[in-house]
Amino acid sequence: MKTVKHKILVLSGKGGVGKSTFSAHLAHGLAEDENTQVALLDIDICGPSIPKIMGLEGEQVHQSGSGWSPVFVEDNLGVMSVGFLLSSPDDAVIWRGPKKNGMIKQFLRDVDWGEVDYLIVDTPPGTSDEHLSAVQYLSAAHIDGAVIITTPQEVSLQDVRKEINFCHKVKLPIIGVVENMSVFICPKCKKETQIFPPTTGGAEVMCQDLKIPLLGKVPLDPHIGKSCDKGQSFLMDAPDSPATFAYRSIIQRIQEFCGHHPPKEEHFLSS
Amino acid sequence: MEEVPQGCPGTGSAQAGRGASCQGCPNQRLCASGAGAAPDPAIEEIKEKMKTVKHKILVLSGKGGVGKSTFSAHLAHGLAEDENTQVALLDIDICGPSIPKIMGLEGEQVHQSGSGWSPVFVEDNLGVMSVGFLLSSPDDAVIWRGPKKNGMIKQFLRDVDWGEVDYLIVDTPPGTSDEHLSAVQYLSAAHIDGAVIITTPQEVSLQDVRKEINFCHKVKLPIIGVVENMSVFICPKCKKETQIFPPTTGGAEVMCQDLKIPLLGKVPLDPHIGKSCDKGQSFLMDAPDSPATFAYRSIIQRIQEFCGHHPPKEEHFLSS
Repeated sequence: MKTVKHKILVLSGKGGVGKSTFSAHLAHGLAEDENTQVALLDIDICGPSIPKIMGLEGEQVHQSGSGWSPVFVEDNLGVMSVGFLLSSPDDAVIWRGPKKNGMIKQFLRDVDWGEVDYLIVDTPPGTSDEHLSAVQYLSAAHIDGAVIITTPQEVSLQDVRKEINFCHKVKLPIIGVVENMSVFICPKCKKETQIFPPTTGGAEVMCQDLKIPLLGKVPLDPHIGKSCDKGQSFLMDAPDSPATFAYRSIIQRIQEFCGHHPPKEEHFLSS
Repeated sequence: MEEVPQGCPGTGSAQAGRGASCQGCPNQRLCASGAGAAPDPAIEEIKEKMKTVKHKILVLSGKGGVGKSTFSAHLAHGLAEDENTQVALLDIDICGPSIPKIMGLEGEQVHQSGSGWSPVFVEDNLGVMSVGFLLSSPDDAVIWRGPKKNGMIKQFLRDVDWGEVDYLIVDTPPGTSDEHLSAVQYLSAAHIDGAVIITTPQEVSLQDVRKEINFCHKVKLPIIGVVENMSVFICPKCKKETQIFPPTTGGAEVMCQDLKIPLLGKVPLDPHIGKSCDKGQSFLMDAPDSPATFAYRSIIQRIQEFCGHHPPKEEHFLSS
């Protein structure tokens, strides 16, 4: 990891809130600057969505003397996922914890990322083997911090508070929280509907309570799902969408955080 | 056991402890003695326990956030509306146990008696068990690796005193890992009626769901059918229908046709669902006229018909 400047984990206690969608678009956004080298590592072993979202289905991983080569979307954007190791995208990876941990160790140890400015690690939902292993294996390498994804309803926030609890326990700094699926704007009449109602105040209130930065709120936009299914960057597909503006603002805040917290220094957000 | 050697033949294999990859593994001696190959006695104990449970349904999805817990809870509510039907809801999502909140049972405690752990009752005929009831606070993270999660699931299946039950619904976390393997393994002697698989319409979800279907075939778990959640959103003001999660590859409908699996129904998005879940109330009661309620009820009926046509304790597998 000495050639990797900044390492960001994308976490959520809750499934289906948009971790992989966010990880992919964080990677796309950072890589729009061709001088920034970006790496995206997908450690969701059972449900690896990153190959599809990045338009890399069917790609294979190559081995060389210096290790495994990531699959490149652009010259400056490389990706690794267990999805690239499957014969077919429908193959189930039915592994128990120890075997998943072994795979994550291999990804972190054997992939030849080269010189990288940002390594983004996309995770599955929960607080279990994958999360413990990622933090454990990277423990000596200094993780800049975690971006935590949620949706507004209390059922999600409840799981997200557990994830925040996990970060504190393993001393992982928290860059901030992103609230996805905040609101839906009807394309016909422009009425705003909160499809996942923030019955307890949403991420905003949770972040105030826990004194954690709210990085931004991203509205629902059907173009996001379409772009992900097609493996394209939503930021490019729908540059004028309010969701794109929200993503860009969040990405900028993450860059500022990493800029203010240089690598290889011990620096923890107050918890 | 934190790690296995590469090329581990498996603790149940004839080569356990004897293969070349076994050299240096801390469990080598144990495996070589044949201890790993013996079936877990809990499986028989669970089979005995499950004799009072007529129908067992697993609610699965490869994908997170598609509405498994929401569906499990409302399947339980729907079945329990008939006060003569005894329903049990078991939440084996150890890291993200949503069922206590969705069922309005936050803060409840589990009691132990001579006959085992007592479930928490929502109604006289609807009992619930979840790791959520064992936490001091709902924000406590359960940061357990696989083996410890498996142990909890074994306890839930073996030690909870469900009593006479018509339907046991098992809510699972997303994926195809420890929890799913353990649930199927521990219930292997007790006959699971089948699995209901939840998805949303977009291909990113369907991809994970095909893996879950693949898992069901591998472990010979019958599939009752697929439910497509979040199918469409109807604007409450202008009634325009928007597919917020676009079915770019035809949604669950095309997937089910391809894989010859029943599509049990499609449930539209309705903000009342989220509100009811957060308040711990039955959406079917809160919004009886919602199109989503009609969809849920139709799906629940199809599941009852499946269980009725496939009586318990018979070996019966859907053709795969």
